[in-house]
Amino acid sequence: MKTVMMPLSALFVGALSLMPLAAHADVISNAELSATTCFMCHGPEGKYSGGAIPPLAGYPANIMVQQLKDMKSGKRPSTVMQRHLKAYSDEEIEALASYFATLKP
Amino acid sequence: MIQSNRRTLIKALAAAGLGAPLAATLNGCSTPFRNARPHVVVIGGGFGGATAAKYLRRFSRNQIDVTLIEPKQTYMTCPGSNWYLAGLTDVPSLTHDYEALKTQHGVKVIHDTVSRVDGDAQSVSLQNGETLHYDRLVMSPGIDFVYDAVPGYSEAASEVLPHAYQAGPQTELLYQQIREMRQGGTFLMIAPPNPFRCPPGPYERVSMIAAYFKEHNPTAKIIVLDPKSKFSKQALFMEGWQELYGSMIEWYGKNDGAIVEELDVANKTVSCELDTFKADVINVIPPQKAAKIAFDTGLTDATGWCPVNQETFESTQKRGIFVIGDASIAGQMPKSGHSASSHGKMCAAAIVSQLNNWAMPRPKNANTCYSLVGAHYGISIAGVYEMQDGIIKEIAGGVSQMGASQQVRKMEAEYARGWYKSITADVWKS
Repeated sequence: MKTVMMPLSALFVGALSLMPLAAHADVISNAELSATTCFMCHGPEGKYSGGAIPPLAGYPANIMVQQLKDMKSGKRPSTVMQRHLKAYSDEEIEALASYFATLKP
Repeated sequence: MIQSNRRTLIKALAAAGLGAPLAATLNGCSTPFRNARPHVVVIGGGFGGATAAKYLRRFSRNQIDVTLIEPKQTYMTCPGSNWYLAGLTDVPSLTHDYEALKTQHGVKVIHDTVSRVDGDAQSVSLQNGETLHYDRLVMSPGIDFVYDAVPGYSEAASEVLPHAYQAGPQTELLYQQIREMRQGGTFLMIAPPNPFRCPPGPYERVSMIAAYFKEHNPTAKIIVLDPKSKFSKQALFMEGWQELYGSMIEWYGKNDGAIVEELDVANKTVSCELDTFKADVINVIPPQKAAKIAFDTGLTDATGWCPVNQETFESTQKRGIFVIGDASIAGQMPKSGHSASSHGKMCAAAIVSQLNNWAMPRPKNANTCYSLVGAHYGISIAGVYEMQDGIIKEIAGGVSQMGASQQVRKMEAEYARGWYKSITADVWKS
């Protein structure tokens, strides 16, 4: 039943020539979208929001990469972070760290 | 048929080396645009809807007009409401307004109730008589209760025996009842069956009530009657209960015969196979379903929840309407404020990508739920998710370690408070 309910629109490839919203293609990267999921604990745009969890905006990328990899391996102790980091490859960790380094603290 | 044609097409495109970007846009929607500037209407100003509204603006670099419809002027969160029952926080700290969404993010906020959604006309009618047209509609309507699934219970009875599972007056009622309970009295909770919002919520609640009783009513008893045979973070909760509250909390599950057969509201008596219990305060958390507006709009299936394309959150039953938060069927993600906010971000990114004809990003998505067992005793569960074969699947995660030191529990209690500050700032404040 569910398959029949798929939006018919899925077939109309031709109808997708939509107006672009911006002149430049400001595509949402995987790193940006994934980083926004970090904001929920580490503060909006990585900015300090008053709690005990460290803010991440402007964190030097090479240091963050090392710390995250060490938390992933267990070399650096953590509570919840090791459980999260097991889902991320080294490349994804590097992309996330590079993104946070671009944010203003 | 449609599905198989679509698959064949995607396969053919993949063979031609065009698979990834085109497959992503094929998930898109051809619903036409009415406005030169796309207009997205968001219904519901909780964790899901407020996040979606903000991030539609953020991801579109303010190129989409967003209208948020929420009846309440301010929103009190369920997360943290258990801490309030223990006296660890206050209502103003749990209550958020929509000023930052308006002034900092350019979201138009209308405080009214939706009377009707017309998916074909792409319009939303409000009780004040106004009709809004949309290019895309996001609904984050939350839950309703199946009151009569607990024999003897009803919506009217919830004014006497609160559910307190939508924060606000119900929370206040339970707060008062706990404080007015006689010394040595019995608090009884009827827990809900799966799936329900915030899987650790009921168990954090009895922890917090125990924390209050330990100080103010040390001979009180807490009984939980649960239709399930196990619950979220069970071993951790039980370890904490033992450590902090001795034998104050008694939990009975399905295998103990704890499925409630009759609730006598007037006499505050609960019967199940196990026994008949007389209590002083009863907290009934009934089974749940998607909120009424989801049913009225034709978004629900036989489960009582809303099936969606789990990559974009577009309804599989109504094109152009996206359902996020507790009401949606979001693969293996639990129903929680954190999940709802994650959905809001994923859905906003999907809509912005569709409108720009960009490939949908393929991010990792997360949920983290902290629970306080005591004021300085926190535990957590975390999950990281990604799309696999059309389903949001958990690829990593887990719960806090059993037998951890007091220091670790204390840190997680601090992180629980930090999580609350950050997520509510992300959703409502900045």
